[in-house]
Amino acid sequence: MTFFRPTFRHPELPPNAAGYHRRDYEGGISTLCAGCGHDSICNAIVQACFELALPPHRIAKMSGIGCSSKSPAYFLGRSHGFNAVHGRMPAIATGANMANRDLIYLGVSGDGDTASIGMGQFVHAVRRNLNMLYIVMNNGCYGLTKGQYSATADKGSKGKKGGVNELESIDLCELAIQLGAGFVARSFSGDKQQLVPLIKAGLSHQGMAFIDVISPCVTFNNNPESTKSYHWVREHSEATNTFDFVPFRQTITTDYADDTVQDVVLHDNSVIHLHKHHDAPDITDRRQAIDNLEDHKAQGVILTGVLYVNPDSTDTHEILHTCERPLNSLTEEDLCPGSAALEKINANHR
Amino acid sequence: MKQLEGVNDFVIRFATVNGSGSASANNLFAKAVFRMGVPVSPKNIFPSNIQGLPTWYEVRVNEQGYVGRRGDVDLVVAINGQTLRQDYDGLAPGGYFVHDSSKPLPETFQRDDVVVIGIPMTTLCVQAFDNVKMRPLLKNIIYVGALASLLDMELQVLIDSLRKQFRKNPQLAEPNIQALELGYAYAGEHFPDVCKLTVHRSDRVGDAIMMAGNNATALGALYAGATVVGWYPITPSTSIIEAFGHYAEQFRTEPDTGTIKAAIVQAEDELAAIGIVIGAAWNGARAFTATSGPGVSLMAEFLGLAYFAEIPAVLINVQRVGPSTGMPTRTQQSDLLACAYASHGDTKHPLLFPCDPKECFEMTADAFDLADRLQTPVIVMSDLDLGMNDHYGPPLTWDPERRYDRGKVMDAAQLDALTATWGRYRDIDGDGICFRTYPGTHPDKGVYFTRGTSRDEYSAYNEDGTIYTRNMERLRLKWETTKRLLPLARIKITNAQARLGVVFYGSTAPSAYEALDILRHRGIALNSMRIRAFPFQQEVLDFIQAHELVLVIEQNRDGQMRTLLINEGGLPPAKLITVSSYDGLPVASRFLTRALEHALAERGIILPQPAPGQGGAQ
Repeated sequence: MTFFRPTFRHPELPPNAAGYHRRDYEGGISTLCAGCGHDSICNAIVQACFELALPPHRIAKMSGIGCSSKSPAYFLGRSHGFNAVHGRMPAIATGANMANRDLIYLGVSGDGDTASIGMGQFVHAVRRNLNMLYIVMNNGCYGLTKGQYSATADKGSKGKKGGVNELESIDLCELAIQLGAGFVARSFSGDKQQLVPLIKAGLSHQGMAFIDVISPCVTFNNNPESTKSYHWVREHSEATNTFDFVPFRQTITTDYADDTVQDVVLHDNSVIHLHKHHDAPDITDRRQAIDNLEDHKAQGVILTGVLYVNPDSTDTHEILHTCERPLNSLTEEDLCPGSAALEKINANHR
Repeated sequence: MKQLEGVNDFVIRFATVNGSGSASANNLFAKAVFRMGVPVSPKNIFPSNIQGLPTWYEVRVNEQGYVGRRGDVDLVVAINGQTLRQDYDGLAPGGYFVHDSSKPLPETFQRDDVVVIGIPMTTLCVQAFDNVKMRPLLKNIIYVGALASLLDMELQVLIDSLRKQFRKNPQLAEPNIQALELGYAYAGEHFPDVCKLTVHRSDRVGDAIMMAGNNATALGALYAGATVVGWYPITPSTSIIEAFGHYAEQFRTEPDTGTIKAAIVQAEDELAAIGIVIGAAWNGARAFTATSGPGVSLMAEFLGLAYFAEIPAVLINVQRVGPSTGMPTRTQQSDLLACAYASHGDTKHPLLFPCDPKECFEMTADAFDLADRLQTPVIVMSDLDLGMNDHYGPPLTWDPERRYDRGKVMDAAQLDALTATWGRYRDIDGDGICFRTYPGTHPDKGVYFTRGTSRDEYSAYNEDGTIYTRNMERLRLKWETTKRLLPLARIKITNAQARLGVVFYGSTAPSAYEALDILRHRGIALNSMRIRAFPFQQEVLDFIQAHELVLVIEQNRDGQMRTLLINEGGLPPAKLITVSSYDGLPVASRFLTRALEHALAERGIILPQPAPGQGGAQ
């Protein structure tokens, strides 16, 4: 745990394209345990937003309840935040997004918050393809109540208290792909190199972008027999591909040496360049994406990276035919039919 | 036998089968009475079923404009074999029993105090119409035609109504008119001057309208500028959302793109429905949901968050019979406590109690202003009777000068002009309400973190007991401010010396006012107060204090309004007497009159009276 953050910054640190410095994206001091994976994810969020040069006040960050859901207080201190009730972040995000389609919505949740108490809200936010980035900080246990297994704990995994988890685990990425999320990825809090571009791509995707980040709980679920421990994940993960994310304003430079490049152009003309082996599955094919996940699971390997992308998915506003102007900007003149119309309505009821 | 007689004053009940198309025929009849200038009050008494179970449609015709349910049936149109016996036995002595005589009545039907009128509806229908699919519908129109003759109605009004109903499909109007004339002619030939109940043209209606409360509620939300709706289907609230969607398409379509200036999200459950409302209102849109008791139970958690984090929300509760699933298609006022104190911890919410469609419209529109001004959920307490039945009443009006009150919201210019540090939960003017900002307003001012955990005035997480209680005391102050903004009760002092008072609210009003008129004619003077909002203003408590005994009429078993009055007003329990009618049917004025008399007689205030029996036999 860090108790204070030095305010000193190197005077020559350059601002981003929008003129903001990295500190403009930072938040309060974390109160999570020292070494918590969540803090690394917060850092990656700060880095990604800084690199994308997003105006901080145009981002709304929301969460539910739990260790992970506390984290929005630790990043983007210049953004409005909403720490909702347990498992209910998706409903708050849905309402907020309906009210103002022009802001960027970043939801943070945990495995208990999403895969148990908020499962209904999660799957339906995915189904309606809400335009947001939904990050799950997944540690396989309930940290704030001292280490009970969550629904994403792998069957057979052993926690600090020694009991074996006998229940089948829920794969949130697989669910998200099945239910129509347009961008689905998995990463590891210990892999900033992969996580930062994933978050950038997720923020640029139009529609539901879901990232499941395995984030070990150093206090309750980091023993060697746990499949959500740093050690285990490092030993047992494999990336789908290496890739770089290119915001639409930038030119493309890449120095990867893989044999194939697959480009996926997002709605805002940003591009994801995937560097992969020529026989690797096509990540824009839903069935191949799910098979790929299952194949790796069968081998005891955690597949990370971009798992699935559908850049043309239709988001909630398009489905509902809501107007282009943000609903919260409309006035009496836009909304109230007036007294003459009411007299006609009265006449129809005589 | 003395036959029942009445000009523009009687009750007809149609006993039919759910899903048989009878609703539109029954509605045609009620509308025709209305269009003859006579106040009318239809009540649909229907099962929780789509097709096959018994359903009744009760129409009260009343020249004087008493449009509450009266109780007792003067004429029944009994065409449901399942309930034939019940409908026959339930008819008032001297009443009229209209049935389909294509099949003879069972021999056991031997009452000598009713007039039996057999119309061979099926036979007439089969002889006249070849289209097998349309026959059941046309059979319904035949009985309306027969009624028109029996009740001496103007047939042309019904014909005009049919033409209006089928103006988009004129070829459908013709067989319907033919069926109407068939029934009219048959009854005229075989039962001339048999029925002594009549409808005569009158001029009592004026500019009144017939509208369901839910429709008026939807219009209230539309006029108040609601743009985001989160909802989950539940009887009897669903038609609010359907109507809102219909009106949004009609009045909120952008001409150039065809897109809609509203987002109506059908959620996965009521938890999400209210979450969507709170998320949208937090972000500066006007948002609402409509539900019923079971939905309120699920929404309790989020309502507590909105209370504590101070986020506006409008919730329409169209109450139905509880507990649990109860009787989903029957009416009650039994969610007062569940709504007033919804959620754990010290939580309370303002409630509004509309009594007719006009108030549904006005109070729903007001609820948005109140929610924004008070930054808290406001619950409009409608019910199934008010919401789903058409009600006779004054037309809706909207003041063109009216502007939305969005409450204390800082925009970018106001933030720039600030000299002191802004705090989301700082009360700077002593009314318990603080200034808020919408997300995205200003690059570096007015940002805050919304949370359900305790926090200080600057919305920073805080577990200091002193800061927590300071915040809770401010919320108590806001509760006092709330009282000043809510609509006042309607108090009627008929006798300044009267020691007795009556209190009621919501859809009970028409029957209660009628019962009070009846009692006044019998020499029993009762002052009355119709409560329109919770928390109670001093006037409400003063009224009760000023009377020795106050009867509280409620459509629930436990006297929930009485509980609120005692709890919030510190009133002596002994002076508040519950008079309840909670069998699921709209409260009947005849029952209510007896129940009030009985309550007074029990206390020796008037001479002994017979016990009132049930709320109204079905």
